[in-house]
Amino acid sequence: MIIPTLFLITILVFLLVRFVPGDVIDMMLAQMSEQSGMGAELTAEYLRQAMGLDQPILKQYAIWMGFMPNPLQEDKFMGVVQGFLGESLWKNKPVLTELLERLPISIELGLIAMITGWILAMPIGIYSALRQDTAWDYLGRSFAIVMLSVPGFWLATMVIVYPSIIWGWTPSLEYIPFLENPGGNLLQFLLPGFLMGTQMSGGLMRMVRTMVLEVMRQDYIRTAWSKGLSERTVIIRHALKNALMPVVTIAGMMLPSLIAGSVIMEQIFCLPGVGRLTFEALTQRDYPIISGINLVMATTVLLCNLLTDITYAWMDPRVQYR
Amino acid sequence: MAATAQGIQSADVRKRRNPIADFFIRLIKEKPLGLVGLIIVITLLLAGIFSEWLSPYGYNQIILSDRLDGPSFEHLLGCDNLGRDLLSRIIFGARISMIVALAGSAISSTVSFLVGAISGFLGGKYDMTVQRFVDAWMCFPPLVLYLIVMSILGPGLMQVIIVLGVSMGLGGGSRVTRSAVIRIKEDVYFEAARAIGVPTWTILMRHVLPNILPIMIIGFSTGLGGFILAEASLSFLGFGIPPPVPSWGGMLSGTGRQYMLQAPWMALWPGLALAIVVYGVNMLGDAVRDLFDPRLRGGLGRYGGLSGNQEKLEKLVEKKKAEAEKRRESLSS
Repeated sequence: MIIPTLFLITILVFLLVRFVPGDVIDMMLAQMSEQSGMGAELTAEYLRQAMGLDQPILKQYAIWMGFMPNPLQEDKFMGVVQGFLGESLWKNKPVLTELLERLPISIELGLIAMITGWILAMPIGIYSALRQDTAWDYLGRSFAIVMLSVPGFWLATMVIVYPSIIWGWTPSLEYIPFLENPGGNLLQFLLPGFLMGTQMSGGLMRMVRTMVLEVMRQDYIRTAWSKGLSERTVIIRHALKNALMPVVTIAGMMLPSLIAGSVIMEQIFCLPGVGRLTFEALTQRDYPIISGINLVMATTVLLCNLLTDITYAWMDPRVQYR
Repeated sequence: MAATAQGIQSADVRKRRNPIADFFIRLIKEKPLGLVGLIIVITLLLAGIFSEWLSPYGYNQIILSDRLDGPSFEHLLGCDNLGRDLLSRIIFGARISMIVALAGSAISSTVSFLVGAISGFLGGKYDMTVQRFVDAWMCFPPLVLYLIVMSILGPGLMQVIIVLGVSMGLGGGSRVTRSAVIRIKEDVYFEAARAIGVPTWTILMRHVLPNILPIMIIGFSTGLGGFILAEASLSFLGFGIPPPVPSWGGMLSGTGRQYMLQAPWMALWPGLALAIVVYGVNMLGDAVRDLFDPRLRGGLGRYGGLSGNQEKLEKLVEKKKAEAEKRRESLSS
């Protein structure tokens, strides 16, 4: 089931990106003739050949996948199958190296966002479900919908603008590496991470609430009540234990929205993460980078979904997959 | 006997006469937050339709002497860096959001029906192939996907609508429709239709579509907010609707950010408008979902006993009993 999907992903990733108009060659020639007179002897034809863009598209795909020898890598089989994602067209650097450099930044951001999201969503969601249709429930649900409605990029802009007008304070808009200044680095990531987390918490909270509500309707909860157990025991021992297991596995499914959020936040807070790399590559038409990033992202999402299914089946013996 | 039949008929007719009015009555009675949402959405629609008459200035009318002016009586929300009235731009922005949401959601519903319903109804190899494609499509983070497809098609309103509509319909929407179709597809009336030789396409349009219509409506109304936000995000990143057109997302990017320290209102209003409208649309969507989905109706049969709902529940049971009594009376008379 997963293999054909993966295969389709590689085709989609490769083809979609090649349709982006505005040839990278034209952009390069323009830039080269701007710097020195190098553009004079470098023709478009030469560049195209040097980057392997002169081949027919199917052959390019085969080379990229590693089914055919790669003329740029001394005719060895170097492709996705062998774990090589190609080289950046602009920087002469393997895509994987570039990606691995940027990845920690996005992961740090994502982790902070995840933690904030769960810390906010769990208690509100559970309480809202236990006190369904009371004022607190309405308040909690309104909170979730507000979080789903407020655009993250606007919130971020406001957070940059208003403190600087009122207190003359602005978050640092220059990336501080963790090893140089751990405190400053953390402080810098805290704000965008927290904003992303509050954004996520809306959706998470609704999921937690639905799950708890669902469990509270089960027969074994009624049994627990009728046994005369205290509310505390019923909720903590019987309800939450069963309700939160599937919720935890949902964490894997939040990945796509996490990535989307990081594209915007990295753009606003000038963090050189994967999201920003995607953005730069798109504007520069750096095909291998876009393909590479998308392939890695999509594969991760696919694996996460698989992992979610497996853990779900493992945690809940009632679920069976054929 | 005849009287009974007539009674049934008249009750039937009364119930069927205006489901729309019935829907609004229930919305007002049962879903106060949905009503708030409805009011916000109506305001958006009015602002979008009558932009020319409502806005004090043209959306591209430049008054150089008022550049970067703060909110005043002349310009209620202030002016931007070119001296354009922000209130007018917000009102015209409502039109863009409205068009994107409605058209995008319509395309998405159509695509999700075409892909999901046909795939689920036909089943077999066809279903298998289509579902693997949908799997692959859903693995991409949506925003990144939109960015790529938008850079292929180039910026513009039409492109945004098509890209968002098709990819949302293909991703989440088609799955929901498909599972709904699979749930009803074994019903006897399909067998009957097939037995008398109704062509597949006619079955799809005449039998499948009406049966999954509630789910389609829920999908349509809960998706609206997502379209508005997605368009704003795209325009914000510069891949959506190009500048002179006043899109709320676009107003927040570029110049809105460049001048945000001198003229913070330039970034404040569009975002506030976005947040309020999406909130309203989401609220209405939720209410529509609750009213259309029988499984989610009311607080009955849930976690009643604990939260002081007992009284409410009893009242509800009383009410239902009275209603049933009334219906029985009207039937027997």
